[in-house]
Amino acid sequence: MKFKATRIAIIATLLGASALTASAEGFTPENPECIAPANPGGGWDFTCRQVGKSLQDQGLIGSTMQVVNLAGGGGGVAYAEVVNKRSDDNDLIVAASSATATRLAQGAYPGNTMDQVRWLASVGADYGVIAVAADSEIDNLTELLDMVKNDPTSISVAGGSAVGGWDHLKVLIAANAYGIDDVRSVKYIAFDGGGEAVTQLLAGSVQAFTGDISEAKGFVDSGDIRVVAVLSPERLGGDFAEFPTAREQGVDAIGANWRGFYAPGNMSDEAYDAWVAQIATLYASDEWKQIMADNGLAPLDLQGAEFEAFVANSVAQIEQISREIGIIQ
Amino acid sequence: MELLANLGDGFVIALTWQNIGLALLGCFLGTVMGALPGLGPSNGVAILIPLAFTLGLGATPSLILLTSVYYGAMYGGRISSILLNIPGDEPAMMTCLDGYPMAKKGMAGEALSLSGIASFVGAFLATWGLILLAPQLVKIALLFGPAEYFALFALAFMTLGGVSSTNQAKSAFAAALGLGLAMIGVDTQTGVPRFTFGEVHLYDGLDFLVAIVGLFALSEVFIFLETRHGEASGSGRKLEIGRLTPPWAMIKQCTPTMLRTSFLGFLAGVLPGAGASLGSFISYSMEKRLVDKEGTFGTGDPRGVAAPEAGNNAAAGGALVPMLALGVPGSGTTAVLLAVLLSLNITPGPLLFTQNPDVVWGLIAALFIANFMLLAMNIPMVGLFTRLLLIPPRILMPIVAMVSFVGIYGISGSTFDLMVMIAFGVMGWVLRKFDVPLVPIILGTLLGNAMENNLRRAITIDNGDWFTLIDSPLALFLWAIAIIGFILPLIIGAKVKKGMHERRDEEGAISD
Repeated sequence: MKFKATRIAIIATLLGASALTASAEGFTPENPECIAPANPGGGWDFTCRQVGKSLQDQGLIGSTMQVVNLAGGGGGVAYAEVVNKRSDDNDLIVAASSATATRLAQGAYPGNTMDQVRWLASVGADYGVIAVAADSEIDNLTELLDMVKNDPTSISVAGGSAVGGWDHLKVLIAANAYGIDDVRSVKYIAFDGGGEAVTQLLAGSVQAFTGDISEAKGFVDSGDIRVVAVLSPERLGGDFAEFPTAREQGVDAIGANWRGFYAPGNMSDEAYDAWVAQIATLYASDEWKQIMADNGLAPLDLQGAEFEAFVANSVAQIEQISREIGIIQ
Repeated sequence: MELLANLGDGFVIALTWQNIGLALLGCFLGTVMGALPGLGPSNGVAILIPLAFTLGLGATPSLILLTSVYYGAMYGGRISSILLNIPGDEPAMMTCLDGYPMAKKGMAGEALSLSGIASFVGAFLATWGLILLAPQLVKIALLFGPAEYFALFALAFMTLGGVSSTNQAKSAFAAALGLGLAMIGVDTQTGVPRFTFGEVHLYDGLDFLVAIVGLFALSEVFIFLETRHGEASGSGRKLEIGRLTPPWAMIKQCTPTMLRTSFLGFLAGVLPGAGASLGSFISYSMEKRLVDKEGTFGTGDPRGVAAPEAGNNAAAGGALVPMLALGVPGSGTTAVLLAVLLSLNITPGPLLFTQNPDVVWGLIAALFIANFMLLAMNIPMVGLFTRLLLIPPRILMPIVAMVSFVGIYGISGSTFDLMVMIAFGVMGWVLRKFDVPLVPIILGTLLGNAMENNLRRAITIDNGDWFTLIDSPLALFLWAIAIIGFILPLIIGAKVKKGMHERRDEEGAISD
């Protein structure tokens, strides 16, 4: 133990020294690396690659961001790796989202808590939507929730996450806000990803879909599905302005799948500040606004301490819902 | 006519020196990655994404590079299956069954060329299917609800009997073992972790690649270690290379097989919940049911090589249909390609064909180019590949072990997976001693989860009513095939079985 402490001290001194020399012109990561805690192809992978590419395109980092896919345990493997083995790496950032907060809240990363890492910044949010097939008889959210209230067995809701995951929680938040007391009666069917869930909505196997706006966009454009509610505080901009919010239908439910990054817990303050500043610059750029618009990401502009508070809040909220529906005791 | 004009435009986009160079590079790298155990098409594509971005390639060139890698890996997977009895990736597993016995008979060159041709036929027909039918095919995918998927998986398991063993009970045991292993991980229908023992690495379940490399490659190494004294392994390893190209008669004999299995594989690929592994598997078992009158499948029947190869390459093309037309990936690799499209600001989905015709047709043209290139590249390289067999096992086996470890570590970067791989290696070694076939274990792990989830989805949607499983004409149709496939061999099986038993003595335990 003592040896380890000494070693960390030496490393910290070395890193501190190098950070000092660099801080004259601000910290720049030498080998920037982004861990995507899932296999290639998912949201976290997208976050890492897109942000890495944009940071490089805009000259905010000197070299190419190396994206490492460290899949396993719904992000838990990567979390444990960062906490246990790479806790003082200044060049490392890790993609995170509401799913990370959900699992932290439900204790699904055994032995890990949210304060073991430093939360950097968000790069946008994907608001939740509840949708039905284009030819469905259900016109709006209250009609859907009424049917659930009267006969929970009549409506199957499909989503891309496991039971207790974020897609599931979104529909429960809405049901709860509508006054359905026993939210456990809501029939939720878990599929492998939002795409498969939408396909099953089109196939007529299920009556409603809960997911992110980006998953639904292509099918809304083609006229295959109809969004009955978007779980945002107010109507979104651009192409999405026609979607009614849940709030304006009298259901006070908000669910945003935020996307952002965390960094190792012992990252130096210089490095932390530099990463925060770089992501903030990226976020403010027109190029990033375009990427957000193209992918259906809504604004969520939180950095540093503000972001840390936001994540803490979101973990607390999810913990409460999960307790109510009996996922955690 | 409009179709041909579109395709012509696609070739105009794809046929630049840069794009051809990229296709060549992609095909070569893909073949190599496919052949290495552990590195499959999805890792291969993922590894090359940064390259595409660093080179600053546009949408079409990036896609050309990456789909060439994809097709290349589907071709390459067969090489180690045939030569070493170690599948390079999941879909190539079925090629071991007849490919390796062929190589043992001194027909390695023929098996490799024939499988190359079968791959070409499968991929070629699938690309045409993609062009002609993509919008219509999406409707087939929409016919499949959870109940139909369950029936499809049940069909796969019911036709399993006799695929890879002379003993049905051992096949069933192996499949059950695989299904059991598939239970490990978080259960998505309840969110509860099963058999994880608090180990976070197990939350996502076992990685099939780890299981395959362990069961096939490592157990091969263990068997070698055990028998190395007195050149005991020499008898199995002294392989002649024989001729490099298959005789016309063989190609002719396999042509109906290739056509049938291309169709089946393509259909399996189109279903987002099925994929290439199911494609090659169903192709093989159906073909065996259909043409294997003498019981030669499993002993080095060329048709047994052509069937899964045409099937899995056709499935690779088929998997592009739901990816492009629905934005739903039909396999791990298409999930990666989907991510690439998204990061290039192209949204796949129902409107892709009208909004980005240049990307779609450029991609399709690139598929044709890659396909011809792979055929041209693979046939002459057969001679080179077969040299592998001349390497003495005392050198080859350490290389196999090394590649396995490096490949598996490369996927996840965790030593935990290495432990799991070693455990599978030991298990594979023990099971081989008992003459238990290994293929059904992988199929169980591969398909078990999807099968269970679809069953539970179907039942939950219909509020616990089991009759939902036979509620649609399609489901009934699939069940009918499954039951026929299960019962028919029991009736006409006696004759076949006799042939199999005679064969068993000369093959021994390692031939599964």
